Amino acid sequence: MVEQKNKPRRLKSREAVGDTVFRGLTLGTSLFVIVLLVGFVVLLLSDSGESIVKFGLSFLTSSDWNPVETEVNKIAFGALPFIFGTIVTSIIALVLATPISLGAALFVSEYAPRWIGQPVAFIIELLVAIPSVAYGLWGLFVLVPFMRDVVEPFLQATIGAVPMIGALFAGPAQGQDILTAGVILAIMIIPTILSLSREIITQVPKLQKEGMLALGATKWEVLSKAVLPFARGGIIGAAMLGLARAIGETMAVTMVIGNSSTKITPSLLNPGYTISSAISNQFTEADTAVYFSAVVELGLVLLLVASLFNVVSRVLVTNMAKLPGGAKA
Amino acid sequence: MSALVVVSAEVAQRGELRKLLRRQVMNSFMAVLVTFLSVLAVSILFTIFGHIVVNGYSSINWDFFTQIPKPYGESGGGIAPAIAGTLIMLALAGVVAIPIGLGTAVYLSEFGRGRFASSVRFCLELLAELPSIVVGVFIWAVLVRSVTGYSGLAGAAALVVIMIPIIAKSVEEILHLVPDSLRESALALGLPRWRVVLRVVIPTVLPGILTGVVLAMARAAGETAPLLLTALGNSFFNLQLNKPMAAIPLQIYNYAIAPYDDWHAKAWGATFILIVVVAVLSAAVRFYTRSKKIETR
Repeated sequence: MVEQKNKPRRLKSREAVGDTVFRGLTLGTSLFVIVLLVGFVVLLLSDSGESIVKFGLSFLTSSDWNPVETEVNKIAFGALPFIFGTIVTSIIALVLATPISLGAALFVSEYAPRWIGQPVAFIIELLVAIPSVAYGLWGLFVLVPFMRDVVEPFLQATIGAVPMIGALFAGPAQGQDILTAGVILAIMIIPTILSLSREIITQVPKLQKEGMLALGATKWEVLSKAVLPFARGGIIGAAMLGLARAIGETMAVTMVIGNSSTKITPSLLNPGYTISSAISNQFTEADTAVYFSAVVELGLVLLLVASLFNVVSRVLVTNMAKLPGGAKA
Repeated sequence: MSALVVVSAEVAQRGELRKLLRRQVMNSFMAVLVTFLSVLAVSILFTIFGHIVVNGYSSINWDFFTQIPKPYGESGGGIAPAIAGTLIMLALAGVVAIPIGLGTAVYLSEFGRGRFASSVRFCLELLAELPSIVVGVFIWAVLVRSVTGYSGLAGAAALVVIMIPIIAKSVEEILHLVPDSLRESALALGLPRWRVVLRVVIPTVLPGILTGVVLAMARAAGETAPLLLTALGNSFFNLQLNKPMAAIPLQIYNYAIAPYDDWHAKAWGATFILIVVVAVLSAAVRFYTRSKKIETR
């Protein structure tokens, strides 16, 4: 009797077993997620170990990428041209995509009536659903000729004559180059930046806007002085998430960037490589252990950089969301 | 004296007017600018869709769905192995990824509190944003290198890694839509937790959960980079999981980078099929959830 009193839940034990099992199963799947991510880092680290030990920091700072021993060149793996390509294409993408997406976000959330804004946002966000190989195909057969025949000659004729800046557009217009890769990336990250910044803009407290309107401000003054400053952190976060996606994008870039030159030049009209396009192009060619290890290290660099931007972006966006309504000017 | 005051007032008024005019011009200019930017973004989408539909539609015929690719020089042929490969790998990946994704989502929404749950969420975020080529490298190192070789199995494994975080994140969000009062009423009736989840919570938002799963499938169907390093591609019919397997995105890539016009046309055709499947799925599903969202309350 006494024992039973101490176990008042005994009657439910059959069900409690079910609960424990259920909880354990779902816990197990969650653990799998963690193990998966840890596995990524550990495996990429260990497989790139040979390259990390052998080349150290010069992997990131040298621009000699000689996978095959020749009389002139020793074997060396310096990924600087790929890193350079990734940085430049991502910056081009960000510079082009941010104003377009921010403008579109303002349009759909502040200017357009609901019955226009909703479908417009919906259509632009559909861009996310297009697979990247489709962007690549379109880029290769539509964007590349367009850039080669129209945009690049135009840029050379206009900005190309300006000293200093002109160096960006030196050389023959080829179409398959860093600039085109940047443009296709810009198109691909527009929906990312748009949908996040739209969400953030709608979070700005109404009171802020109404206060300014009551003082006689125009619509643009309300947006530029009340809405945008309030949303600044979140918008930067949105742009950074776009950047993280641009950094990791592979297929579309591989198909339009040319993949031929490992020289670093100031001209955006030269073909180049990004880290991800280098992996996809060279992975199956990596026949020696050290070559393979170097390619895996490229993957590791990509993983770390993309994750870093992703985390910073999340922090900025959630901080924005946590602001008390109207507490900040 | 008084004349001076009048003059200066007039000047001030003129200045004010000019200022007001400038503000209004700026206001209209920005309104036009943001409208223009939205039109630009929308027209980019229509341009891309337009090219794919126009170029793709003309190269599609019955053979395209039923024949294997012909070598260069022979006309005709299709992408049947790629369609089969994509379906096989998707199905296989779904069988593994859906339970894991659902389990994680249920854990996070029903039991997950504290540090462990937030680290699971953090891992999901990172996995969801991993560059897909890195997934390919990872699966290559885990499976292809020593266990399976280039194979459909490895391709499916890569798609599993792509799908899990998408499913888990979207389903968790959807499970949070179920009001706690519903859970509490079920618990108060004496149902154990697991039956509350399986019989009350999940059925309530089943359409939303299906949405998440379908979106993940659509995303995985279009993935190319990880398959390049795992499934490799194959121009013959292969239903064996331990051999290199074709997939629609791989076929598009191989046709696109080849120098033959006929193959380019086929690449457009294959893209058309892929886009139609992916876009129709995600558009339908988004539209469906938009109208259904309120009903879950």
